[in-house]
Amino acid sequence: MPTPTSSISKVTEKHSAWVRFTHWLTSVCFLLLAVSGFVILMCHPRLYWGEAGNDLTPALLELPISRNYQHGGWSESVAFFDGADSPVSSSRTYEIFNQNGWARSLHFLAAWLLVGAGSVYLLFGATTRHFRAHLLPKSDEVTIDRFREEFKKHLCLNIRPATGGPQYGLLQKIVYMGVVFVSLPLMVVTGFAMSPAITATFPFLLDVFGGFQSARTVHFFAFAALLIFVMVHVLMIVRSGFKRQMRAMTIGETRRD
Amino acid sequence: MIDNQLITRRRAIIAGLASVGGMVLPGCSRESPPSYGNLLRMGDNLTYAAHRALLPGQKLAREYSRRDISSMPATGTTNPEAEEYQSLYHNKFAGWSLSVEGMVSRPMVFTVAELKRLPSRTQITRHTCEEGWSAIAEWTGVPLSRVLDAVGMLPRARFVSFYSYDDWADSIDLFDALHPQTILAYGMNGRDLAVAHGAPVRLRVERQIGYKSMKFLKRIVVTEEFDDGGENGNIQNGWAWYVGI
Repeated sequence: MPTPTSSISKVTEKHSAWVRFTHWLTSVCFLLLAVSGFVILMCHPRLYWGEAGNDLTPALLELPISRNYQHGGWSESVAFFDGADSPVSSSRTYEIFNQNGWARSLHFLAAWLLVGAGSVYLLFGATTRHFRAHLLPKSDEVTIDRFREEFKKHLCLNIRPATGGPQYGLLQKIVYMGVVFVSLPLMVVTGFAMSPAITATFPFLLDVFGGFQSARTVHFFAFAALLIFVMVHVLMIVRSGFKRQMRAMTIGETRRD
Repeated sequence: MIDNQLITRRRAIIAGLASVGGMVLPGCSRESPPSYGNLLRMGDNLTYAAHRALLPGQKLAREYSRRDISSMPATGTTNPEAEEYQSLYHNKFAGWSLSVEGMVSRPMVFTVAELKRLPSRTQITRHTCEEGWSAIAEWTGVPLSRVLDAVGMLPRARFVSFYSYDDWADSIDLFDALHPQTILAYGMNGRDLAVAHGAPVRLRVERQIGYKSMKFLKRIVVTEEFDDGGENGNIQNGWAWYVGI
């Protein structure tokens, strides 16, 4: 496929300072949110669908990630109402793992930082040509053949050397747009949907996700998707020239040909 | 003319700075939770300030139908060991009373029967635990605002502190204290509140995480300044004071 002449000059274009800054700020936030979020999940490693979900109701998924996993420390249950299918109450007799005091506060502190970094990024991205010129695939770029070809190359880890600037491939553009416009906003909004104060003012958040526990479950799977993205992203950085990529994303150096 | 304009502008700037100072300074007084120089507490305070600024009004937390009532674990203290509590329990809480004092014109003591005689509110709401689980239950009690009316809360009051039989101390601001769903609950799912869930009376604060809904209430104190509850409070035990999220 012949290279359009216009893109030759773009090869020397480097990552803008604000892209580099928000990239690393977001990376720090991601690390803090991932660690604190995992510690929070360790406290109650059960996922549900709907509004209510706890140790006395069936789980959608149980994760064996702490001593709280399927712990049997419950007293004999007492029914709230007459009848066999009555909801019950039971007292916990087991000392659970719970580090949510610092983990929750750290999670929300990092979330504030992420909202700050995200706002700066979205503001610059929308007012400069970054989104249009670099992230949005060109109309002639979006073909099944092109997608298939790039997918095959990525599977074989046949990654072209880094240019040191925002000259992204089709697959890269699609995935970056998914992270920027779908996954990260979804993390924030499902976070909001878990807040009793925010959902009192904006109850539609509960309806959108089907309840508090559904939002929590979506929050978890959106994180899992982001974690896979980060792992593949780092792998691609290594395959395309780790040293050059790091220089490009920190001091903003481009390829010297 | 030019002089006058300069003075006016200068005055305007000074007035502007003064009003900015007015917004910042309350953060230094004891009218809001201190940060203790702790980065995590600063984040908590930012969340508190943002919620109060961006979530105005007293909209109700979602209420559910009786069909939605779920099983509910009893966690934290499920039976206070204090001798005082045990003797009250053995007398079916006949000797229990709740003292409401502090920045009020008529400090009062309420028995369970007296609380039950006040206008009641029944709400089916979601208890959202910091651990990650949630449960839906029906709560019946007297709105805290009714009790505060009865004791004549003074205009200078800013916070309401709660003390429990399992030795916890906590507080909420007036915005939450006067919310219609903030109740002193004596009934759960149509029955008297069980010991495991905080008998005879517990607090319900529906716009915050579960641990703000203190069980085993003993005493209520209306205050002018923020009180972190000392060693028995959440902050000094490493937990956020405001947990709207």
